[in-house]
Amino acid sequence: MSSTSDITTRSAADLGAAIADGSLSSVEVTQAHLDRIAEVDGAVHAYLHVDADGALAAARAVDESRADRRSDGRISPLAGVPIAVKDVVATRGLPTTAGSRMLEGWIPPYDATLVTRLRAAGMPILGKTNMDEFAMGSSTEHSAYGPSFNPWDLERAPGGSGGGSAAAIAAFEAPLAIGTDTGGSIRQPAAFTGTVGVKPTYGGVSRYGLIALASSLDQAGPCTRTVLDSALLHEVIGGHDPMDSTSIDAPIPGVVAAARRGDVAGLKVGVVHEISGDGFQSGVKDRFEESLKLLEARGAEIVQVGCPSFVKGLAAYYLILPSEASSNLAKFDAMRYGLRVRPQGVDSPSAEQVMAATRDAGFGDEVKRRIILGTYALSAGYYDAYYGQAQKVRTLIARDFAAAFEQVDVLVTPTAPTTAFKLGEKLADPMAMYLNDVATIPANLAGVPGMSLPNGLAEDGLPSGLQILAPAMRDDRLYEVGAALESALLEQWGAPILTRAPHLATMEATR
Amino acid sequence: MPQLSTAEVAHLASLARIQLSDAELESLAGQLDDIIGFVATVGEIASDDVPPMSHPLPLVNVTREDVVRPSLSRVDALSGAPDVQADRFAVPRILDQE
Repeated sequence: MSSTSDITTRSAADLGAAIADGSLSSVEVTQAHLDRIAEVDGAVHAYLHVDADGALAAARAVDESRADRRSDGRISPLAGVPIAVKDVVATRGLPTTAGSRMLEGWIPPYDATLVTRLRAAGMPILGKTNMDEFAMGSSTEHSAYGPSFNPWDLERAPGGSGGGSAAAIAAFEAPLAIGTDTGGSIRQPAAFTGTVGVKPTYGGVSRYGLIALASSLDQAGPCTRTVLDSALLHEVIGGHDPMDSTSIDAPIPGVVAAARRGDVAGLKVGVVHEISGDGFQSGVKDRFEESLKLLEARGAEIVQVGCPSFVKGLAAYYLILPSEASSNLAKFDAMRYGLRVRPQGVDSPSAEQVMAATRDAGFGDEVKRRIILGTYALSAGYYDAYYGQAQKVRTLIARDFAAAFEQVDVLVTPTAPTTAFKLGEKLADPMAMYLNDVATIPANLAGVPGMSLPNGLAEDGLPSGLQILAPAMRDDRLYEVGAALESALLEQWGAPILTRAPHLATMEATR
Repeated sequence: MPQLSTAEVAHLASLARIQLSDAELESLAGQLDDIIGFVATVGEIASDDVPPMSHPLPLVNVTREDVVRPSLSRVDALSGAPDVQADRFAVPRILDQE
């Protein structure tokens, strides 16, 4: 690895502490990550846009405010630590495309609330990360700008839709990143790349300034390499926002304190019977069983729990998501922003003709497929049979969660049925791609928080992920259990699992 | 199990304002048929007495005091427009010419 690795391999908590005590400057830390991006992003393609000048200017501002002692004493523990932001989040003055040709070159005139909070905390924004177009996909192969590559094996997908954010973290191109999770888009890429990903409670982090996919499911959250780093970022971006009417008006539970505590003694951990083994890759199952033993050894009680409606969540999700997406994406109509394409061979095209030609040229196959599916599901005559039924399944899933959380403190499952699949492997078969999200989707349908953390390597040498689910507004339990398991895994593996990744500096040469 | 014809897919695409080529229609019809066959299984488990849940939070209308506060400037609002004339969004004709 390059000489910058002394900085880029450190945790965000560690970097924040080093910047605070003056042993590192924010400019040094930011420059090291920019150097790392220059070195490896040609191979990984985690970023769609890198803002070196903006990031360094923000870093200088943090360093100067410390030198001048102008700060008010309430400095964020992440002040000066740079971050990458998924390209579905609006950033004032920085291109924001949502991975789509439809928004190529669009520069938002405003910041998303979570970006305002990152800037207020003194966190330089390194750039915008690659993603499946409008967050539709489980591999980042549906990006209009080409796929991202998994740093563990460049022939494999980093997961999706937030593959860029996860790959940037795994390849040490950023210490922290922002993702969004509609059906698992933070957690599944985390599992595929050996990183930590958290979907907070729905409404726990403002959605103001996120380009909406499915408004009742979307949730922004942290992508990091450690549980504590996720907690620190969670506290920066979380909390009530009057700009988002679905933002919860209550304090965020003490997630940093929970991550520092990291204790499972006396906790009841429920294994979701329906999503714990059948059809899952053998190595993923093995690592899951081992993790349960580690939790048990640390004092947790393991309990089998039935959630019979979870397996139907996938079908309900693939009705609810396209229905909401078909409505949300109606705004891409070539009138006020974004692409405008004039249909060929028409002298004076109508607005309707321009819309149709623009939406054909601007949207990729997966987006068209889901918009048309949503249009179908919401059609008169089909509404009750599809969308209405899917909403009832959602009720059943919420009831399953409520019943489970009467018996246990948290639920656990493998995050994804397999390790990272090869690029192109599922591209021609949408159903095969959709099935990858079976374990992550129930949390989005019910709005409960979830975390994926790496729990070892499967028989193919690739990371597997373990998912923890907690009741709404009990995000602190994720961190408490996640940190305890992370520490037990560290003892078992002798080092963080990410250090087992093949030598990342050779990525340029291998492509 | 529903069977989606290419004509039905073309109709849905026109409702969604997406112009599709014949090849796209053909391949989408097959894929959508598979997907609809799968998602239709939601009808098998939810009985009539289960109330639908549209959102994980109980939604209430949020209002604020009716006072003027800063918003996007005209320049900012028009900054992403594909075409601007006289400080306004310029759009293709909306009404038929006849």
